[in-house]
Amino acid sequence: MRDQRPGVGIPRLGAAAAAALGVAFALVFFYAPIEADQGFVQKIFYLHVPLGIVSLTGFVAGGILAVQFLRTGDRAWDLRSYVAIHLSLILSVAVLATGSIWARGSWGHWWLWNEPMLVSFLVVFLLYCCYQPLRFAIEDPDRQARAAAVFAVMAGAFVPLNFVAVRMASAVAHPRVLGATGGSMPGPMRMTFLVSLLAMGMTFLAMYRLETARKTAAMELKRLRRELDAAAPEPRSDSRSRGAPDARIAAA
Amino acid sequence: MPALPLHEAGAYVAAAYAVFATVLVAYVAIMTRHVSRVRHDLHELRDELARTRRG
Repeated sequence: MRDQRPGVGIPRLGAAAAAALGVAFALVFFYAPIEADQGFVQKIFYLHVPLGIVSLTGFVAGGILAVQFLRTGDRAWDLRSYVAIHLSLILSVAVLATGSIWARGSWGHWWLWNEPMLVSFLVVFLLYCCYQPLRFAIEDPDRQARAAAVFAVMAGAFVPLNFVAVRMASAVAHPRVLGATGGSMPGPMRMTFLVSLLAMGMTFLAMYRLETARKTAAMELKRLRRELDAAAPEPRSDSRSRGAPDARIAAA
Repeated sequence: MPALPLHEAGAYVAAAYAVFATVLVAYVAIMTRHVSRVRHDLHELRDELARTRRG
């Protein structure tokens, strides 16, 4: 029977993700050919694009998990949605930073405001930057979870729409990697890209499991504190000062 | 645009991968610290709860 305790299997998943990243980076630097047009700086592609795909997928997954919460009312789905969005936001910072570095090396500019792909990703990033302030501005745990879920669903639906709209717009400088024909990368480049994408997906999954385990353990801690407070006649000032009810996802 | 010379392109590539490594290492370090702190508190509380239940 599968062990359902939070945290079980995370070291193994983390090790697998680290190994996958190692293989991916080895392929990037020792197997994938140097691109004829951009040269060595194109190696950033194998980091930047998988990061972008994984973070956008995480935002969409956050919306889907929020739908599950709205359907069932089970707080576990709210927690999962929160963690997926939180992680995607962190990876988005890396997407913006690596993209900007690549743009500088390749185009000579840190940022191009007339490039739809760049600006649209920034819009998505800024949209999700509102998620946490919105969530933690609401005191009541039920209202907090519902409002956050509605936001996650709306924003999650916006991500693919935004992606399609950008695909339809004419590109200025940013290349379109995933074409209808599967892209125009030669075999070794495509394989390296796919391995990098897989490694990034595994990394996201390991981070997701780690954060979910932490949040679950923190919630159990608060539940036990309340139980202890109820059982003990004298008040426990240290536990009371820690605050939030256990159903609510802690901001930290 | 012609390709950058290797010494110049290498700096950009190194910077991009360093950004990713920094984000990843910082995240894992923060999370691991939080998890061990919560586990420690949880262990203490479980003991305390068991003592309270025993009277």
